[in-house]
Amino acid sequence: MKIPTSGRWPRFALRRAARLLVSLWVLVTAAFLMIHLVPGDPVRAALGPTAPADLVLARKQELGLLEPLWRQYVTFLRHLLNGELGVSISSRLPVGETIAQRLPATAQLAVAAFLLAVAVAVPVGVVMAMLTRRGRGRRTELAFTGTNVVVGAIPDFLLGVGLVYLLAVQTHLFPVAGRDGLDSYVLPVLALAIGPAAVLSRIVRVEMLAVLETDYVRTARAKRLTSLRVHLVHALPNAVTASLTLGGLLLSSLVAGTVLVENVFAWPGLGSSIVSSIVAKDYPMVQGTVLVYGAGVLLVNTLVDVVLALLDPRSAIGES
Amino acid sequence: MRAARVLLRPVGFAGFGLLTLVLLAAAFGPVLWGGRAAAVDTGNLLAGPSAEHWIGTDNLGRDLFARVLVAARLSIVLAVAATAISLVLGILLGAAPMLLGRRLGRLVTSAVNVLVAFPGLLLVLFFAVVFGVGARGAALAVGVAGAPAFARLCHTLMAAVSERDYIAVARIAGVSRIRVLLRHVLPNVAEPLIVNATMAAGGVLLTFAGLSFLGLGVQSPSYDWGKLMQDGLNGIYVHPLAALAPGIAVVLAGLAFNLTGEAFAAVFGLGDLPGGARPLEEPREPVAATPAVPGTVLSVEGLRVTIPGPAGPIRAVRGVTFALSDGEAVGVVGESGSGKSLTALAVAGLIEPPVRVEAGHLVVAGEDLMAAGAHRRLGTSLAIVFQDPMTSFNPAHRVGPQLAEVSRFHQRMGRKAALARAVDRLRAVRIREPERRARQYPFEFSGGMRQRAMIGMGLMGDPRLIIADEPTTALDVTVQRQVLELLAEVRRDTGAALLLISHDVSVVTDVCDRVLVMYAGRVVEELPAKDLRTLARHPYTRALVAAVPDMDTDLSRPLAVIPGLPADPVHVPAGCAFAPRCPLADDHCRAVAPALVAGVACHKSTEVPV
Repeated sequence: MKIPTSGRWPRFALRRAARLLVSLWVLVTAAFLMIHLVPGDPVRAALGPTAPADLVLARKQELGLLEPLWRQYVTFLRHLLNGELGVSISSRLPVGETIAQRLPATAQLAVAAFLLAVAVAVPVGVVMAMLTRRGRGRRTELAFTGTNVVVGAIPDFLLGVGLVYLLAVQTHLFPVAGRDGLDSYVLPVLALAIGPAAVLSRIVRVEMLAVLETDYVRTARAKRLTSLRVHLVHALPNAVTASLTLGGLLLSSLVAGTVLVENVFAWPGLGSSIVSSIVAKDYPMVQGTVLVYGAGVLLVNTLVDVVLALLDPRSAIGES
Repeated sequence: MRAARVLLRPVGFAGFGLLTLVLLAAAFGPVLWGGRAAAVDTGNLLAGPSAEHWIGTDNLGRDLFARVLVAARLSIVLAVAATAISLVLGILLGAAPMLLGRRLGRLVTSAVNVLVAFPGLLLVLFFAVVFGVGARGAALAVGVAGAPAFARLCHTLMAAVSERDYIAVARIAGVSRIRVLLRHVLPNVAEPLIVNATMAAGGVLLTFAGLSFLGLGVQSPSYDWGKLMQDGLNGIYVHPLAALAPGIAVVLAGLAFNLTGEAFAAVFGLGDLPGGARPLEEPREPVAATPAVPGTVLSVEGLRVTIPGPAGPIRAVRGVTFALSDGEAVGVVGESGSGKSLTALAVAGLIEPPVRVEAGHLVVAGEDLMAAGAHRRLGTSLAIVFQDPMTSFNPAHRVGPQLAEVSRFHQRMGRKAALARAVDRLRAVRIREPERRARQYPFEFSGGMRQRAMIGMGLMGDPRLIIADEPTTALDVTVQRQVLELLAEVRRDTGAALLLISHDVSVVTDVCDRVLVMYAGRVVEELPAKDLRTLARHPYTRALVAAVPDMDTDLSRPLAVIPGLPADPVHVPAGCAFAPRCPLADDHCRAVAPALVAGVACHKSTEVPV
């Protein structure tokens, strides 16, 4: 798409970049402060009450916890800029290394689930809008919204357990857990995608219904185009634009949703490692993982805003 | 009581019933089944469902059904506690602009905005680190993590309330900020807050189950539903119900909160309910088919438009007959609700079910609109100019391609040729720099330019008829004049006929040859435009003309108005619809509807002094 040369694009880029930077700063600072917010002595808690006092002291020294807070903050930021995330307390491995090893598995899961959710939700929402428009198909509407509410109310990890029971335990179609070959992706991706797909298809339907009543769709009908063209060329882009804002929220909650689903399927991603490191009070590991998850979410949000601006140029001139 | 109406809805009934069951289980579960849930039966470890143990036993032989029921209390209590924490923190943060003053408040608000961008689960994990693993830590984590969303909601609600006059009065009267918040603001935002808190409690319940499932929430020997699921998942091969049953309990409890919240939202009028218009049930009145008059570009006979409504069908157009010769300009005037715009839309073939269009015949530019089909030829032979130019262009497409689409679709032109024609048409409607403008989006056009572009869109084909529905109403006066001149010019160049809908008598007399005056869905008078001011015979037409101020109007006296209100289209009176507002009406007028005879539909037309 050719970007117009007027001033609103640079202004939009500037504003959006500023927002991203502020959010990143909040994230980094929160991750830094996390260990300081833990009541009591975090290192003592991590090593257990039986650990000798000099070991606790040595570990504190190593984590830099004995220095003044501001110097710790500066050191933390400097390390972060060099890509150093510290060393895990329990595994003694660099946190960055562990994350780099586990991130792809998580990212694959999230992206696949998001694409599946969109690929299912948009056609379903559009077809449902066409079938139930203007009081038509009351029963279809009731069935759709009913299933939708129920499916949307089931959290992803429960769906995961249900899917494991139905498709792995009962029928042996797919492996129960682990990441080994393409078929091992099916159940976790389904578990992650079904909920967002339900919510998104409902949003797409409502937006589509609203768009179909607008004046410009009437204009399109006045041009005597085919119904397909009116729906797909004139109505859909506008409905999708409006749905995308919420779709972006779904995508970022999907990123977080991997934590639970990975635990159901023993998926070797970040989600299983963050939980075990929270239980083990492995603060550098948790810190690094929170940073990666948070940055992922922020990048997704920014990306959604940019796509939105490209699809609907008005949103680029709107206030933040 | 308003809340009682919740139970009358199926959703409310289901939600409330489910919630009652869940709360009863939470209240009495541990008392009734506590012993059974703790009883170890070593002879019956990990047993499947049986008459004695409905969903089997766990690895210590304890009855799982009892354990699921007992777990209700801890699950619900923790969810409610966490929701309460979110709510209180959210109110405090949301009220920050009110309590702390503008500058500090803005800081809090932007911090909340940053936090809201992070998904809840991530915040929960963050705070779970801070507050530590366990039921108490998890409740605090979930509670604090939920606060930003509530803060955003409170802020929005309170911002709306604090604009109101009584808050300003309380402030000026020197009432303290906290007192204003507690006495004046909170009571006014309580309803939506409670509804949202109810729904949030359902979500919190699920989040909590997730945390316990991960091993970050409730710890042994205590157990909630999430913990039961975690214990059950390991044995899912042998004993799937152990993992599924607590899961089902979580979903049901979550639904209970959600549905109750939704039902309350519907009763309080917070959510948007889908329209309640009933489909038309009454039998169609037969309309006798009549042939079209030859030599006309538009011929309509006995046109009726009926809209289904909750209070019965609205007869918006009740038998309208007229015709336009080639090249003729006819105006339709009348007040809002007289059915003139619906007449135009029906004639353009743009009315969709459930609104119903019936006519003896309806022939436009040679196309019989009462016959089924796409009437594709109208795409080029009929031009339509809509009332609101701001909303009639598709915001997602550039202007040029929107015009070009007509030629591409109907005249099989290539992309380039069609776009060139679009630029040419934009130039024809006097848009400057048409090449550049064609590449712009509609929002970059002014209202007058968009209306001209809309006329240009009609000129992409070869229009025999232009239907203009209040084309100048949304524009300011100088632009109105330009658009009307453009319409006149287009007619001169193309020889197209014009059907101009307007409530503005002076516009119609300037532009048109002939005028139809509509009232309550009928044509009450039809006369040459030049005679409208002087020779009108219907009392309504005369009142309408008299209500238009001109240069001679005495401005020291109140402007003339038509007394009374337009007829209610749901309950149109049996006789003349104008009778209740007519100074000449008698009992005959109120009983018998007058027919359109010799250009006027009035029993008293002979009595009106001309």
